[in-house]
Amino acid sequence: MSSTLAPRRAARTDPGPHGRRAPRRERLVGRLATLGPGIGYLTVFMLVPLALVLSYTLFHRGRFGGVVHEASTENFTRVADGLYLGVIWTSVKLAGLTTLLALLLGYPTAYLIARLPRSWRTVALVLVVLPFWTNFLIRTYAWIILLNSEGVLNRALTGVGVIDRPLELLYTPGAVVGGLLYAYLPLMVLPLYSAIERLDPQLREASANLGARPARTFWSVTLPLTLPGVLTGCVFVFVPSLGNFVIPELLGGGRTVMVGNLIRDQFLKARDWPFGSTLALTVIALLVLLLMVQAWAARRLAGGNRA
Amino acid sequence: MLPFRPARRTAVPAALAAGLVLALTACGGADDAGAAGADTLDPNADLSKQKITVSNWDGYMPEDLPAKFKAAKGPAVTVTKHATNEEIMAKLTAGADSGIDVAFVSGQFAQALAEQGLVEPIHADLVPNLKNLYPEAGQLAYDKGNKFSVPYTWGTTGLCYRTDLTGYTPDSWQDLLSPKPQLAKKVTMMATERWLMLPAQKALGFSANTTDADQLAEVKQKLLEAKKTLLAYDDTTFGDRLKSGEAALVEAWDGWCPTDDPKIKFVVPKEGSDLWVDTMVILKTSKNKEAAHAFINYILDPDNHSWAAENILYKVPNAAAMAKVDAKLLGTHPQLKTAPAELLKGEVPVDLGEAATAYTRIATEVSAG
Repeated sequence: MSSTLAPRRAARTDPGPHGRRAPRRERLVGRLATLGPGIGYLTVFMLVPLALVLSYTLFHRGRFGGVVHEASTENFTRVADGLYLGVIWTSVKLAGLTTLLALLLGYPTAYLIARLPRSWRTVALVLVVLPFWTNFLIRTYAWIILLNSEGVLNRALTGVGVIDRPLELLYTPGAVVGGLLYAYLPLMVLPLYSAIERLDPQLREASANLGARPARTFWSVTLPLTLPGVLTGCVFVFVPSLGNFVIPELLGGGRTVMVGNLIRDQFLKARDWPFGSTLALTVIALLVLLLMVQAWAARRLAGGNRA
Repeated sequence: MLPFRPARRTAVPAALAAGLVLALTACGGADDAGAAGADTLDPNADLSKQKITVSNWDGYMPEDLPAKFKAAKGPAVTVTKHATNEEIMAKLTAGADSGIDVAFVSGQFAQALAEQGLVEPIHADLVPNLKNLYPEAGQLAYDKGNKFSVPYTWGTTGLCYRTDLTGYTPDSWQDLLSPKPQLAKKVTMMATERWLMLPAQKALGFSANTTDADQLAEVKQKLLEAKKTLLAYDDTTFGDRLKSGEAALVEAWDGWCPTDDPKIKFVVPKEGSDLWVDTMVILKTSKNKEAAHAFINYILDPDNHSWAAENILYKVPNAAAMAKVDAKLLGTHPQLKTAPAELLKGEVPVDLGEAATAYTRIATEVSAG
């Protein structure tokens, strides 16, 4: 529901304390006052930087690392190079796997939380977001302390005699996926919870009364009705996973490169801002495409509900 | 790039922050590469009327140095900090006056600044303490004779290892690149491209500044092979990894090898290594060049310069300052005792110009491979 429609419709049925609609100019001022700061913020902190990124993609690196303002399409041919496409593909695979695992773990979690007594739900939700209260780097380092070859887990396992030599748990693509999953799982659970919690329990009862087993009810009623939440959760996990560069560096030991690392290195190590901007733009384009698909799918699903 | 203790530890948050800042501050080209001629400076200028801004790595000089300098010589000093060479280079080459008078950068970056005409030649008559430097400090490839830069710290890169875990005495870059079976997945190499390449370059007998495409292809192949037996790429925590026993042998800067632990030793491989130098330069745009020279001169005072050796554990190219370093510290950190002539056998990294892009590409190919 659009926010500009709501007050107008309300005004028609409820004349308000003064018994008349606000004059046109007052409404305009009101709208500017409410929308202005948001529009200003988006212009300064999103449109302008985005325009800068866009303009840099056309230039190239100078001999000493500055930006040479001569237009060329060289950066785009460089992105099309197998090396960089390979890194982007690796990132998509790792982020995709993370998203899938987050869904498999997050759905049951959200489902169980939604079925808890009301007072316990709040407790459970606070527990889900609790890790966010600690610095992200500290939490990531905690994994290193737990998982390294001389770490807590390996020491315990060798101490008990379960294994002879330490397991190689860190500095693998698997460790990167694990770290991303840990970092972004709450972003999957929260939208799923909100979708499942909103579901009318009578629909499930109706399904049961009509003879469907719980599994059939889940596949035919619960899951389709919560699919918009699933899509939102997947986007929330996939997008930040794709761009993350701290986890590949710390938990991946620098042995796995994701596109976030590549972009960071172009800016901070190679001092090749134009090429870094081009890579960033490529990722933005990829994500915009993804969001469009998600919006389209969500609209189709919503339409299906009404019918 | 620079080898230096505190800044390294904060590299990741700093990178996060710098990324944001970079996104917002980006304009102008570096067109005003003026002539590199020297200004006329007044040796009798009233320094108390001048003030300067110094950009340095966090923790790379004493906190109270600006106050002491003001009390002794007059000029007020504002200190700004940078996390990496790349960060300060972006500021200094952005075109407009950065407002910085004195900058600390590694040698090859000082060279790049000089080639662009961005730094003031050093007026030796205003820096009498240059006499404290070792003669070897004037023979560094990026700036022979210290014409436009003054060295602040120097050192080399080698192997840092646990004597109890290796079971033998490593002496070659091959010990790192193709480790003995018991050391597989117990070795780390550095991630920053010049040091990522160094072990393979030296093991193959190439220059650390090579720009030859065939040699670079061989280096890449060697590094891809080495990756199979590598635990991780690590610029910051290799010392801790050795102490915990997670790693047994790591590529390390001499000052970062924690030899105060009796089980840990440092060796420069027989194939040779590098000689990195961090330097001080005065910017052409400085409006208070007399005070800037006085500041560098003050740093070169043995009492001030010895601080770096004693606190950062990097050697300083200052004979008088090294003579003041506590003998006990030299006992626990024998790397501090390396003679300048010995150090000079290492190859000094110079600016690679266009070839820098090739190095970046190989670093990406190796870490993505």
